[in-house]
Amino acid sequence: MNNLQYAGRKTLAQKIWAARESYALMAPFFILFTIFTLIPIISSIYLSFTNFNMLETPRWIGLSNYVRLLLDDQVFLTVLKNTLIFAFITGPIGYVLSFMLAWLINDYRPGPRSVWTLIFYAPTLAGNVFYIWTIIFSGDYYGLMNGWLMSLGILQEPRDWIGDTKYVLNVVLVVQLWLSFGAGFLAFIAGFQSIDKSLYEAGVIDGIKNRWQELWYITLPSMAPQLLFGAVMQISASFGVTEVVKSVAGFPTRGYAADTIGTYINDFGIVRFEMGYACTISVFLFVIMVVTNQIILKVIKRVSND
Amino acid sequence: MTSTFQKIIHRIKYRGADKVNRSRGVDFFLMLWLGLLGSFMLLPIIYTLVSAFKPMEELFIFPPRLYVANPTLDNFIQLKHILSGLWVPFSRYLFNSAFVTVIATTGNVIFASMAAYPLAKHDFPGKKIISQIVVLALLFTGQVLYIPQYVIIAKLGLINSYLALILPVVQGTLGVFLMKQFMTQIPVSLLEAARIDGGNEFFIWARVVMPSVKPAWLTLIIFSFKDIWNQPGNSFIYDESMKVLPSIMTQIQSGGFARAGVVAAVALVMMIPPLVLFQVTQKSVIQTMASSGIKE
Repeated sequence: MNNLQYAGRKTLAQKIWAARESYALMAPFFILFTIFTLIPIISSIYLSFTNFNMLETPRWIGLSNYVRLLLDDQVFLTVLKNTLIFAFITGPIGYVLSFMLAWLINDYRPGPRSVWTLIFYAPTLAGNVFYIWTIIFSGDYYGLMNGWLMSLGILQEPRDWIGDTKYVLNVVLVVQLWLSFGAGFLAFIAGFQSIDKSLYEAGVIDGIKNRWQELWYITLPSMAPQLLFGAVMQISASFGVTEVVKSVAGFPTRGYAADTIGTYINDFGIVRFEMGYACTISVFLFVIMVVTNQIILKVIKRVSND
Repeated sequence: MTSTFQKIIHRIKYRGADKVNRSRGVDFFLMLWLGLLGSFMLLPIIYTLVSAFKPMEELFIFPPRLYVANPTLDNFIQLKHILSGLWVPFSRYLFNSAFVTVIATTGNVIFASMAAYPLAKHDFPGKKIISQIVVLALLFTGQVLYIPQYVIIAKLGLINSYLALILPVVQGTLGVFLMKQFMTQIPVSLLEAARIDGGNEFFIWARVVMPSVKPAWLTLIIFSFKDIWNQPGNSFIYDESMKVLPSIMTQIQSGGFARAGVVAAVALVMMIPPLVLFQVTQKSVIQTMASSGIKE
């Protein structure tokens, strides 16, 4: 095949022609990718500088949307705070828990291991079952949580977990944690199994005494690629929390107590038809995610190099 | 040297087959912890299962129970009844969900694998930037893309069509990423042999590459299947007869707590396919994920 061997001399056009079969293979995917991912990103960046209501043509208004977002929008501060709570609480906790559980599960024989894997991955698979949390946290006597707490005598009367702005964010946090064993978790389990077992026996000779030292000196350094993958997946999951909020806490939530940037985008985009402003919020969220991603990649690289 | 060797033998003998550095006390403590977390994970799923078979009077018992005394199929019958009040039958939603999921999953797996092969094994202008875009795209949440996607789907005249449910999910980049990581490990000699036999690259992809990465596309089937099966996708669809299963869940749920049992019945119907599919293919999935890491 020419496309594997073109040596230095060829022009760019010749190289492209030589690789025509490669491009042909990639074409179906990347045409769709361009239409449904690239163009949306580019156009949402453009629309974020306009006033667009879906009916009239977008009108260029410069930085007005950004000024409004950062200086004039009180609700945005609330949803930004909620999003950061998800990102910095459920994100890292979910990530560390996924890793620790994968590590514990790895100690079991293949049979029990596959059962444990199913148990922890089941919520992610079952997807929409998070509706059931609204019944568990139901505000009346028949909610499971109220029932338990009342029969234990901790609560005297039912508590309105979802209706009360004081508790609703915590309820959504619990549900989000429940959902945090996703693709990253599977990558960790697989990563542990691909570590060369003889490293552990060599470790014993080198003076490693317990499982914690083994984890720190042998396991972690071998897992860098899976750790990176898990981090990327966790970032996009925890910054993008939307559907869970909408189905557990309502849309929009009372007093925006549990709304995230994701639901706020929906609020402006679908409900109020202020597309320009919704795009501004989208661009803002994307920038936060890319920056966070870069920071985390750097940290993990440093940890795995030491 | 002999004493170290004996020490290893001793440990291996008394702490289980391939385990070194383990103590029984900590083992027990960790298992307890695992069990507690496991119960938390299973609670909603078991509660769904139990609620789906509870008769009305058991749904309204105080304190609520995590088991069912007199299991009944009432909720499933009632589900049929409620839905016959709508002008779209349940089977229509089921068909829509199954149809969209099968087509979109197949499309995603095939297109993503086709795109992944050159990225893993060929060299061509633009390869580096395309690979970087694929990794970066893993970060885009649907929320960031949602509005422009809506505009594009509207411009293409696809609102209220199956394509509006299928096309946006066919281009999920996680698939390209996973397949690429796995295909990198295929030995070049295997591909060279096929080239000498005169196969073009499409032929090699179909006859050599795909058969040797079976675990990878089984994994991708799981990921795509569960995402697409569970996607609400309502915003692109207004026509009731084209909506998918998650949308009726929302409708029944709005009926309030009296319908808790029926909601559980729908939820149960919805969660069975992905769970079964995963357990059947789990071994392959794990094998694939071992090579999913981002290598620098």
